[in-house]
Amino acid sequence: MKNFFLAFSLIFSILLSSACVDKSATGGAPTGDGSGDIKVGVYGDLTGQTSSFGQSTINGIRLAVDEINAAGGVNGRKITLVSEDDQGRPEQATTVVQKLVNQDKVQAILGEVASTNSLAAAPVAQGARIPMITPSSTNPKVTEVGDYISRVCFIDPFQGSTMAKFAAKSLNAKTAAILGDVNSDYSKGLTQFFEQEFTKNGGQVVTKEAYTQNDPDFKAQLTKIRNLNPDVIYVPGYYGQVGIIARQARELGMNMPLLGGDGWDSPELWKLGGESLKNSYISNHYSAENPAPEIQNFVKAYQAKYNVVPDSLAALAYDAAKVLADAIRRAGGTDSAKLKDAINATKDFKGVTGTITLDASRNAIKPAVVLELNPSASKFAFKETIYPEGMSAPADTTSNANTMMNTNQMSNANMMNSNMTNSSTMNSNMMNSAANMNSTMNANK
Amino acid sequence: MDTFVQQLINGLTIGSIYALIALGYTMVYGILRLINFAHGDIYMVGAYAGFILATSLGFAANPSAFGFVVTLVGAMAIAAGIGMAIERFAYRPVRKFSKMTTLITAIGMSLLIEYLFVFIFSGTPRSFPQLITNDNYTLFGNATISTSQILIFVVSILLMILLQYIIFYTKIGKAMRAVSFNLNSAKLMGINTNFVIAFTFALGSALAAAGGVLTAQYNPKIEPLMGIITGLKAFVAAVLGGIGNIPGAVLGGLLIGAAETLVVGYGSAIGIPSTYRDAVAFAILILVLLVRPAGLLGSNVQEKV
Repeated sequence: MKNFFLAFSLIFSILLSSACVDKSATGGAPTGDGSGDIKVGVYGDLTGQTSSFGQSTINGIRLAVDEINAAGGVNGRKITLVSEDDQGRPEQATTVVQKLVNQDKVQAILGEVASTNSLAAAPVAQGARIPMITPSSTNPKVTEVGDYISRVCFIDPFQGSTMAKFAAKSLNAKTAAILGDVNSDYSKGLTQFFEQEFTKNGGQVVTKEAYTQNDPDFKAQLTKIRNLNPDVIYVPGYYGQVGIIARQARELGMNMPLLGGDGWDSPELWKLGGESLKNSYISNHYSAENPAPEIQNFVKAYQAKYNVVPDSLAALAYDAAKVLADAIRRAGGTDSAKLKDAINATKDFKGVTGTITLDASRNAIKPAVVLELNPSASKFAFKETIYPEGMSAPADTTSNANTMMNTNQMSNANMMNSNMTNSSTMNSNMMNSAANMNSTMNANK
Repeated sequence: MDTFVQQLINGLTIGSIYALIALGYTMVYGILRLINFAHGDIYMVGAYAGFILATSLGFAANPSAFGFVVTLVGAMAIAAGIGMAIERFAYRPVRKFSKMTTLITAIGMSLLIEYLFVFIFSGTPRSFPQLITNDNYTLFGNATISTSQILIFVVSILLMILLQYIIFYTKIGKAMRAVSFNLNSAKLMGINTNFVIAFTFALGSALAAAGGVLTAQYNPKIEPLMGIITGLKAFVAAVLGGIGNIPGAVLGGLLIGAAETLVVGYGSAIGIPSTYRDAVAFAILILVLLVRPAGLLGSNVQEKV
């Protein structure tokens, strides 16, 4: 009994003291001391259902930080990483970011991949005024949390509409079914934006079915979709479920194209889905096959270190870490308000996944690539690049770009080109790298 | 019509798996009056045991019926061993205390197994190798059935017949029935109750492992937490059929499987969203228990005070 009491009071006092820390940390904005190592917190799913995302992210960040430190650090200061595992669970994401902020006293945070987890943790970072850059959460709500939250990837309205355009124009689909994860903000966002754009392009979404991560199988939903016989099925989920969905769809004799997003990008996908993944397309941030030198240098360095081809999550994580280091350099230290402003002012940063410029909502405006799945080689093959509205395909490769687009898109591209002549030099870097990509891709074909 | 048949096949496939797991819950409850919460995790352990056997013995590279049988039987044997070990080292030492102690131990055991596997294998979903070539057969119209589904039906029916045989036509089966009537009287009659209890755990665990391997053939994604929801549904199935009652567990499993698939297929027509499939399983449980507190096939035994 006495022991019990002792243990109890011990636990209680620990709770109390941590609560105190909480208060003091959120009370005033932390200021960087301007000396010593820069502590950067990383959180992600290292052991959960989407752990391939977390592993890639941390690998990408580590590679970037090693390169930065080897080159003498930022303003002479080295970066040290503190990594935390959130097991892919939103409540755990909140907890570990609280730990990063209050106990480890990190000066900036990188993470998460899954939008639901980033959304859970972002208010903690915002409340403590610690800048957080998410490498790959694409749901628009994430950066709406506050001005300390930013991202280096495009957002779902663009990603969803990219696939809708691709389905309507390149695949000539008239009808589509959507099968999404009901518990994922990522999936819900993409469902909404895909439907909007697909309807706008004259298509019809015949049904929207939902699943949860723990469903024992997906044949019930797929059987329902089979009855409606849509031209394409959009599956905006994560690789763990998508592989099985593809397999079971083919088992039911459904051979129409399956479309998805960057959530499919994992080496595990090939093992789960196998040959069933034929005739599928995804939107993604970059293609590891792109022969542009800055991309190939990254791919080589990553492969030398980890012995795998980097997926887009690794590339985005690498970019996020480099953007952060660049912002610290410009801010002249880690004072949280200055650092936040420096991050938000990121402009024309040349990253692996394209040129990164943050807009007023702290989202990166970048083109997306459509990749075709090639399960026999376990590879994503480059299909086409789709540019956001207002950003145009590069001028010097117009002819090349057009060969990849069908007539519908050609008129679009031409329209964009006319816009382009008066677009500012700000975009020129981006265009060049994009141009590079297009032309070399074509040369490959 | 063919869509309805298709949905029914889909439902009975997962229903058969629930039934196999539910048998373990119901047998242990019948003998010890213990809800073995770690049982759902034994189903996961079985799938992982099969995964390791199939990859290490090289069956993954060349699919064959022989490889499948060896993997299935091997996984069942490993799980039976683990089930007996759990009983011996976790439940037996606390059996002499109140029922609640054992129940809490079972919950702890469940968490221990889950996170031990996360620790060893990481939480990322793994792909179970295809051990038999999976073909599709068209029944009529659009209704198809795949080899892995046929396997689930055939193997689970064979295992259930085998279980009936063991319980009703063998000496150990007779001992099990005696222990389930009254543990202390059985002990007085010279039955080695510890052995009978260990055997029951082995039997239940082997069935759950068979469920694990069969599911992994059908839905080749295995991960350390796959036993939580499936185990919970199987538990619901056991209670629905009348816990402690073996045919009840099978009936409950098939009912839950069919019900949740039909909810996804037709629920939206009557205003139930398809994502309510889990809720429907539990709603059915509540409704049945309101009308028949002992479950569908359970007999209402007066508790002696």
